[in-house]
Amino acid sequence: MKFETPRILPSDITSRDLFLDRRRVLRYAAAGAAFGALGAGVSGRALAATIAAPGAKLAYTPNAALSIKDPPNSYEDITTYNNFYEFGTDKSDPAVQARDFKPLPWKVTVDGEAEVKGSFDFEDILRPLSLEERIYRLRCVEAWSMVIPWTGFPLAELIKRFKPTSKAKYVEFTTLMSPRQMPGQRSPVLRWPYVEGLRMDEAMHPLTFIAVGVYGQMLPNQNGAPLRLVVPWKYGFKSIKSIVRIRFTELQPKNSWQVAAPSEYGFFANVNPSVDHPRWSQATERRIGGSLLAKRAATLPFNGYAEQVASLYKGMDLRRNF
Amino acid sequence: MLNVTALYRFGIKPIVFAACAAPAALMTLGILAAVGKIPSSPMDLGADPVDRLLHACGIPALNMLLITLLVTPARMLTGWSHLLRLRRMLGLFAAFYALAHFVVYAWLDQGLDLAAVGADIIKRPYITIGMLALLLLVPLAITSTNRMMRRLGRRWQKLHKLVYLVVLLGVWHYWWQVKKDIREPLLYFAIFGVLMAFRAYRAFRVKSAPATAPERT
Ligand code: HEM
Repeated sequence: MKFETPRILPSDITSRDLFLDRRRVLRYAAAGAAFGALGAGVSGRALAATIAAPGAKLAYTPNAALSIKDPPNSYEDITTYNNFYEFGTDKSDPAVQARDFKPLPWKVTVDGEAEVKGSFDFEDILRPLSLEERIYRLRCVEAWSMVIPWTGFPLAELIKRFKPTSKAKYVEFTTLMSPRQMPGQRSPVLRWPYVEGLRMDEAMHPLTFIAVGVYGQMLPNQNGAPLRLVVPWKYGFKSIKSIVRIRFTELQPKNSWQVAAPSEYGFFANVNPSVDHPRWSQATERRIGGSLLAKRAATLPFNGYAEQVASLYKGMDLRRNF
Repeated sequence: MLNVTALYRFGIKPIVFAACAAPAALMTLGILAAVGKIPSSPMDLGADPVDRLLHACGIPALNMLLITLLVTPARMLTGWSHLLRLRRMLGLFAAFYALAHFVVYAWLDQGLDLAAVGADIIKRPYITIGMLALLLLVPLAITSTNRMMRRLGRRWQKLHKLVYLVVLLGVWHYWWQVKKDIREPLLYFAIFGVLMAFRAYRAFRVKSAPATAPERT
């Protein structure tokens, strides 16, 4: 299982169909044919004009400058090993339980301290944007990591369109609440709906990303379709999935994991090898997709993005603001 | 008349043995598939094989420990004292899976970095507890032979009462390593609680009415 192939090129990725069951292949093919999405590729604008199913191909430009050089994890690893408690707490649950989830049509409500507010269709959100691909590290608070080629756009570009006011100090995100579609929400493992937040400067940072795809294709449901946050220097739970609400606030939002266990999970949740989780070490991580005998890797401060983001936290005690 | 010894020897024991060995067999196939020695296996170790193996050893270890605690209540309730013949095998399998679980952790997870393992054992309460459980379980496995039983006599009974502590620590260890969803560890705790409550109740009855206490554990 050792990952030996060099960096996968976008042109190589069609082999992912091997991983889909026939029903899904047929469904995507039908959706692709209906909207002319397959083969041709969909840019933000073209995508906005259509409704693309999960798995539909996206048109994007690779952003090499903001991509790391490590080989990405396989599409299979990325889409079968997920923490998405709305679809079950086992990592293999979401791929199964999210199969019938309907990510489209989708609306995102914008409210709070902003001039432009309202309810926006996913297509309208995408229309003016062009998509790019960024290969980011993802470090879970559970001490494992992956490398993922996300397709999407910087969150800052989206936020600017809503014209947050000077009172907007934070951005709060909320996941869809739908116990009917999200069976995990029927048990009180966390307080639903899932909520996350960023400080405004974190949200506007050029690395902060909204993903609508992975490996150049519309996000699979289990990865947070149709749109999710990606904050590569923070533990994975900050990167909230299936977002339905963006709210600009003056006060720090209460994110779900902090509410659930305030002594174990904080608001900032920056990847930090020298601040352990109360119950386990954060000094090293297991890279998913390695061989059985692969050694654990050292965890990097800010998940390897210290050069770009450490200045955001100057003067802050990161031991207390974990 | 049914020959119980023969029934156990040629029927029940082989079946229970196969059931206990099945997780190990599946894991072996999973490992062989993960390292590419066989094309596929009924157990797929998935994206994080080390975590899967920890789980695949830890859960059988815990299950078998709880089943060993079930033997006495089951025997009391059914009157089938021959059930006792299965207990040693169950206990030894529990010790085997616990040891395998430790080997997966120390070797595959920590890469035999003994300093890191030592640091974990000291610093991580859930690992401290797991290690304690394992260290207590090993002497029980070693003293499980007939010879040891004879040699230790009454002390054997006393020594093997440690298994209650082992199971408590095992369940506790399971609880503490969970991130949030503690439903399963709680279920284990509940089962452990019922099994211990049965013993407490009986001990109480035996004490308050010695004349009606015909059986030994
Ligand atoms: C009687 C002894 C033990 C029992 C019954 C036991 C049982 C378990 C169980 C049931 C799990 C949960 C597996 C899962 O659901 O993924 C677990 C996890 C774990 N155990 Fe043990 N264990 C024992 C001893 C140990 C020892 C001695 C160590 C190490 C020194 C250890 C290290 C771990 C680790 C590292 C995990 C995984 C935590 C994670 O996934 O982050 N265990 N154990």
